[in-house]
Amino acid sequence: MEYRELPERRGVTMSPMKRKSFSFGRIINSMGLLILVLLWILPTIGLFVSSFRDKDQLALTGWWTALSTAERSEFRRTGIQEDQVERNGKYVIAGNLLEPGGKKIQTFSTNYRNLTAHEAGDTVKFKDSSLFTLQESGDYEWVSNVPFKHKRGKRIFYVAKVPPTFSLDNYREVLSSEGVGQSFINTLRVTIPATVIPIMIASFAAYAFAWMEFPWRRFLFVSVVGLLVVPLQMSLIPLLSMYNEIGNYFGVVAKSYPGIWLAHTGFGLPLAIYLLRNYMGSLPREIIESARIDGATHFQIFTRLVLPLSVPALASFCIFQFLWVWNDLLVALVFLGKQDNQIVLTSKLRELLGSRGDNWEILTSSAFISIIVPLIVFFTLQRYFVRGLVTGSVKA
Amino acid sequence: MLEQLLDALYAVVLGIGVCVLYFAGTNFMLEQIFPDTDGFSHSKDRWRRAIQPWLFLTPALVLLSVYLVYPVCETIRLSFFNFGGFDFVGLKNYIWAFENPEFLHAVLNNLLWLVFVPTLSVVFGLVVAVLADKVSWGTLAKSLIFMPMAISFVGASVIWKFVYDFRGPDADQIGSLNAFVMLLGGEPQAWITLPFWNNFFLMVILVWIQTGFAMVIFSAALRSIPEETLEAARIDGASEIQIFFKIMIPQIIGTILVVWTTITIIVLKIFDIVLAMTNGQWGTEVLANLMFDWMFRGGGDSGRGSVIALMIMIAVIPIMIWNIENFRKEEESR
Repeated sequence: MEYRELPERRGVTMSPMKRKSFSFGRIINSMGLLILVLLWILPTIGLFVSSFRDKDQLALTGWWTALSTAERSEFRRTGIQEDQVERNGKYVIAGNLLEPGGKKIQTFSTNYRNLTAHEAGDTVKFKDSSLFTLQESGDYEWVSNVPFKHKRGKRIFYVAKVPPTFSLDNYREVLSSEGVGQSFINTLRVTIPATVIPIMIASFAAYAFAWMEFPWRRFLFVSVVGLLVVPLQMSLIPLLSMYNEIGNYFGVVAKSYPGIWLAHTGFGLPLAIYLLRNYMGSLPREIIESARIDGATHFQIFTRLVLPLSVPALASFCIFQFLWVWNDLLVALVFLGKQDNQIVLTSKLRELLGSRGDNWEILTSSAFISIIVPLIVFFTLQRYFVRGLVTGSVKA
Repeated sequence: MLEQLLDALYAVVLGIGVCVLYFAGTNFMLEQIFPDTDGFSHSKDRWRRAIQPWLFLTPALVLLSVYLVYPVCETIRLSFFNFGGFDFVGLKNYIWAFENPEFLHAVLNNLLWLVFVPTLSVVFGLVVAVLADKVSWGTLAKSLIFMPMAISFVGASVIWKFVYDFRGPDADQIGSLNAFVMLLGGEPQAWITLPFWNNFFLMVILVWIQTGFAMVIFSAALRSIPEETLEAARIDGASEIQIFFKIMIPQIIGTILVVWTTITIIVLKIFDIVLAMTNGQWGTEVLANLMFDWMFRGGGDSGRGSVIALMIMIAVIPIMIWNIENFRKEEESR
C-alpha cells in the first residue's frame, strides 16, 4: 500500500514548485511563439490590407496606418453660371465639392498658398462682394446680388480629413483592365488537366506495377523511381527545341495548352507512380484475388475496387500536384506564351512586378488573387494538404 | 469573361476526355478482340493477359521517355556542343563555365543559400514545433506559420518586395522594414540593391516558406517521442532546455536530416524568387536563374545552358538518392 502512495505523494510535493517554474516558462514560451507567429503573418496581412486601400493613400502611407484618418489637400471647382438660381432677389450657386466617401473639410481657401485661411463653416466675402460658405460636409453656397457670369468654376482649395476607406476598386481594376481575370482563367485551364491527367495515367501504371504480371516489371519500376532524381532544369532545353521543331514541322504554334499539360504530366509522373504503386501494393492481396476468382477483369478490379480504396493516396497527390502546378512559374515560362490568352497568374504577376513595380494597388490585389485559391485549399483541406506536401516533398 | 471561361472549360473537358477515352477505348477494344471465354480459349486469355499491362503502362512510359529520359540524354549531349547544338566543341562549355565570373558568382551565391536557408528553416521549424506543443493555441500557431507553404514563390516575392519597399531617404516609408528601421532611429535603405546583403533578404523569403514545412514534420516526429522518456527526465530534474538538446534532438535527428536535405534540394533549384525580385542583378545571380537566362540569351545558347543544368543535377542527385532511400525505409517501417 505504501508503494502505491508514493507516486501520489511525490506528485503533491512536486506540483507547487513545478507549477510555479512552469508558468514562468510558459509566459516566455507563449511570448516567443506569439512573436514568431506575428513575424510570419504580418507580411501577408500587410499585403491583404493594402489590396483594399485607396490607391493614393496606399502610395503615401504605410499599411499599418490604414485604420487612422489621413489629411489630404485638394481642390475642386464650384458650379458655373448655368448652375445659378434666383432666390429672393439674390443669385445663388449651391452644391457639394466632395465626392461621396466620408471626407470632412477642415480648412479652405481660394489661394493654394494659404490652405488654412478659413475654417469649415465660415462665410467668406470675395472681392466682388459675393458671399461663399463652405460646410464641413462639402456643401457650399455662393450668394451674390448680381448674376454670376463666369464660365469656369472657381477653384476652392481645401484640407480634408479622409477617413480610412476600403473598397474593391483595386480588384475591379486588375481583374478587368490589367488582365488578371483572364490569367486566372488561364491558370485554371492549365491546372485542372495538369492535375487530373497525371493522376489518371499514373494510377493505371501503378496498378500494372502492383498487380499485373509482365516482363521487365521490376526493371521498369526501378527506372521510374530513378527518374525521381532528375531536376526539372535538365529537361527544359531539349524540350524547348523539340516543341519548336514540332511547331515548325506541322505549322502549328509551339506554345499551347496541351503542350504544357503533357509537360506537367511528364514531370509529375515519377512521383505519382511511385506513391500510388506503394499504396496500391499495400492493399490486401485477398481482396484482389477473390475478385479475380469471381471473374472480374483487371479493368473492372481497377476501376471498381482499387481506385475507390486508393482515395487517400489519390487525394494527397492530387492536392500536391494542384498546388505545384498552380504555383509553378518555370514550366509556364518555357511552355506557354506571354500573350493574354496564355499567360498564367504567376507569370502575369512577375510581369507586373517588372512593369508596374511601384503601383502597389495593382501588385497587392493581383498577388492576393493569385494566392487565394491555394489558401482556400489550405484552410479547407488542411489535413490532406499536409499529407500531400509531406509525401510530395521528394519531388525533383 | 464568360466566353473565355467556357473556352477554358471546353479545353479542360477535351483534354481530360481524350485521356479517359484512351483507357476506356483500348480496354473495350481488347475485350472485343480477346473476349473473356471463361477458360475455353486459352490462347485468347493468354493474349489478353500479355497485352493488357502494356495498355495500362504505355501512356506513362511514353510520357516519361519524352519528357525525362530523352531530355536528360540530350542535355548531356548538348553540353558538348556549341550554342546551336550543331558543332562538337568538347569541353569548351565546361571550361567557359569555370572561367566565367558570372557563373562562379552564381555558384558562390548558391553555396550561401545552401548554408543559410536549410539551417534557418530547420532551426525555426524546430523552435516553433517545440513551443507550439506547450500552449493551448498551438494548433492555430502552427496553421499560421504553415500558411506560406501554400503561397507561390512569385506571390511570396510580391509580399516581401512590399515589406522591403523603399521610397527615397526623405519620404515617408510604406515598406514595413524601412518603417521599423526608422522607428529604431536607423536610415532607410533600398534593401534589394544592397550588395551582398540583398542575398539574405531574398533568402528570408524561402526561409519564411520552408519553416512551415520543417515545423509540420518535426511536430509529428516530436509526438512520437514516448511521454515516459520526457517525464523521467523531468523527474530527474532536467530543465526544458536540457530536454530539448539532450533528448528531443537526438531522438529526431533522422527526421532533421531528411528535412534538411529536402530543403537543400529546393535551394539548389531556387529560381522563381530570384527571377521575380532581382532577375540576378545586384550580385544575386543563382544557377537556376542563370541557366534560364542562357536558354534565351542571344537566341538561346543550348551548350552553356546545358552545362549549368548539368551542374544543378550533379549537385542534386546524391542528395536525392539519399533522401529517397530514407523515404523508402520509413515507408517500410510504417
